[in-house]
Amino acid sequence: MFNLHYRIERKTIGFVLAIIGVASIGGAVEIIPLFTIHQTVEDAPGMRVYTPLEIAGRNIYIREGCYACHSQMIRTLRDEVERYGPYSLAVESKYDHPMLWGSKRTGPDLARIGSKYSDEWHVRHLNNPREVVPESVMPHYSWLGRTELRSDDLGAHLAALRKVGVPYTDDMIANARSDAYGQAAPDTPYAEGVTKRYGAATNVRAFDGKPGELTELDALVAYLQILGKLTDAAYKPGAAAGG
Amino acid sequence: MIAQLTKHERQLALIILLVLSVCGLAMAVAGRDDPLGIHGAIVLLVGIAGSFGVISGYYAPEPSADRLDNYFDDPSRMAIILAMAWVVVGLFVGDWVAWQLVNPDLTFDAPWSSFGRLRPVHTSGVIFGFGGNGLIATSLYVLQRTSRARLPDQLSPWFVLLGYNLFCVIAATGYLMGVTQSKEYAEPEWYADIWLVIVWVTYFAIYLRTLVRRKEPHIYVSNWYYMAFILVVAILHIVNNLAVPVSFGHAKSYSAFSGVQDAMTQWWYGHNAVAFFLTAGFLGMMYYYLPVRAGRPIFSYRLSIISFWGITFMYMWAGSHHLHYTALPQWVQTLGMTFSIMLLVPSWASAGNALLTLNGAWHKVRDDATLRFMMVAAVFYGLATFEGSFMAIRSVNSLSHYTDWTIGHVHAGALGWVAMITFGAIYASVPWLWKRERMYSGGLVEAHFWLALSGTVIYVFAMWNSGIIQGLMWRTYNESGTLAYSFVESVVAMHPYYIARAIGGLLFLIGALIGCYNIWMTIRTADQPADERLADRPVPALAGVPALQPGE
Repeated sequence: MFNLHYRIERKTIGFVLAIIGVASIGGAVEIIPLFTIHQTVEDAPGMRVYTPLEIAGRNIYIREGCYACHSQMIRTLRDEVERYGPYSLAVESKYDHPMLWGSKRTGPDLARIGSKYSDEWHVRHLNNPREVVPESVMPHYSWLGRTELRSDDLGAHLAALRKVGVPYTDDMIANARSDAYGQAAPDTPYAEGVTKRYGAATNVRAFDGKPGELTELDALVAYLQILGKLTDAAYKPGAAAGG
Repeated sequence: MIAQLTKHERQLALIILLVLSVCGLAMAVAGRDDPLGIHGAIVLLVGIAGSFGVISGYYAPEPSADRLDNYFDDPSRMAIILAMAWVVVGLFVGDWVAWQLVNPDLTFDAPWSSFGRLRPVHTSGVIFGFGGNGLIATSLYVLQRTSRARLPDQLSPWFVLLGYNLFCVIAATGYLMGVTQSKEYAEPEWYADIWLVIVWVTYFAIYLRTLVRRKEPHIYVSNWYYMAFILVVAILHIVNNLAVPVSFGHAKSYSAFSGVQDAMTQWWYGHNAVAFFLTAGFLGMMYYYLPVRAGRPIFSYRLSIISFWGITFMYMWAGSHHLHYTALPQWVQTLGMTFSIMLLVPSWASAGNALLTLNGAWHKVRDDATLRFMMVAAVFYGLATFEGSFMAIRSVNSLSHYTDWTIGHVHAGALGWVAMITFGAIYASVPWLWKRERMYSGGLVEAHFWLALSGTVIYVFAMWNSGIIQGLMWRTYNESGTLAYSFVESVVAMHPYYIARAIGGLLFLIGALIGCYNIWMTIRTADQPADERLADRPVPALAGVPALQPGE
């Protein structure tokens, strides 16, 4: 064996090919089957996609690096299930490009934060976390409520997501901008389109408490309020057994 | 810099810079409503400034033919200076965000200064800025000495070094504007990723072109590691960054993968960024600088073969230990845990090989802080790899995951291993590269060593404590069978450890600043006769480094 190596280490190209070959095996064995084995991701027939406003909020969550301190993955451990709710299923993040499972909990897990607190709580918490949680070490995000949400390109965002596999319809892409407005403006004609396209259970509210304007705070709160709510698969008995 | 380039290379440099300027202009125009436009402007400015630089030196006399009789070390010199600049930036931002966890109001009340945006500036600054420049500096130096061949040309090493640093600048400024893919250690967006691929292919081409012209029959073990670092990082980078941009006018892109497949791909990348960027590259460094500085041959050639192929094969399976008890299928978790535990064998083989090499030279470890940096690095490498295998066990991971224990573990590796071996290699290289007899001040190297060591120990102990307390508080039940602590009670309990951690980081930063001063003063002092380095030439290597060839 060492004699063989004694020869290989005299050949540049041979050595290069050996490194590539040896290093490729592990990843190939662990990653490729995740795309081919059906049971990897459970079935959730009623699962809906994120609305344009929620996608915008998700992008703000990513932009501000929230994932550095908050996970979105409840593990199959008793204390986590009791603290945060049913453990996370693979299907719940199947429209997440990229996933935001996280690796650190400087703050609590957010996989099922949706509907746990009121919109007003989130608004006050994001404006000044220590107003509602005095011991918190979270930065404040008071500029979000003062910043208008960029919405002219939301159709392009949805179209890009469709390219990577999220089932957005042409109708959803064409109306992305008005749906974003409508979701945060309940008493306007735009609101109807949101529930028509994304389901009657979609949250349509003035998330930041100011119906007239569409801010980044609207988007982020809309996103936080849908976390864990795209499907109820995790609450069904035997859901984890796979499709 | 320009004077070293031949006429042909100056023309080529000009073409590259013009293409770069055009790309920058296109980005600036297409992304005028987006952070992409600012990056376009930065690229355009770099392209224009570079073009002017080349034009101003265009008619300088061409380098003489005897340049080929000497190793080409100017890019290595510049890379060391850049590495020291990045380490100060990266450590400063790291310590700043550490203090933000002590007092969350330590921001400028501006979006760019909040924890979430600064944290990747810290991680990329130290890993890619400091570590990457350190690897470029040492790999080009070691490649030439162990092959006894000069770099193939003058332009491509400069392209790799400056192009790589442009990538780092785009990455760091992007985070401040909120441009991130959110994939840890792969945060830069699609256009920066494409640029890095171009730079990386050139880097590898330098390696191949030099190796095929080598005057030594065997490829030295350092170069195995440097090649594995370059090759595997390329594979990881390309696969994990597959994404669809919103448009050519948007910085934002959407990952090709989602959910569980994305998680596995990301941690296959993330863990092997640790393995092949932060381990393989720096092992290459260790296998050259430690034996040369100690004046001893590597303890065992066979051990180095076993550990090299063990690391190259087994690390690629280990990434799934980041996803224990998650929605990732259990069979993948189990494979990841199994290989993580087996990894202890090649890891300790490397650490042991390094420490046994020092047999017969321990008196030098006592007297020479530069060698002691390398020795302590090998010890921390052994500690951190043991801890890593331990934390990859599912039941241990159930406690440690999501807590500060992980933070402590990566800093045992990053401060104790990566930074220490790099500082050791830099303190060894600076006098060689600038033809000085020794560093400006041995006492300051000594001071840096003790600050770095105490900073690391304080940091790691603080995070071990906070991580284990955190993990235990989250899972503690009271007599009535309900959870004993709310989450925020665990946050409050972290406070003293967050202070201790920030102090440890500050000590490490002060040490690095002392290092910068010492290196600066070494460069500034006048040339000394350095006749022992006259033998430092490509082909007729008389004195050379005799104890270094494998198989002896």
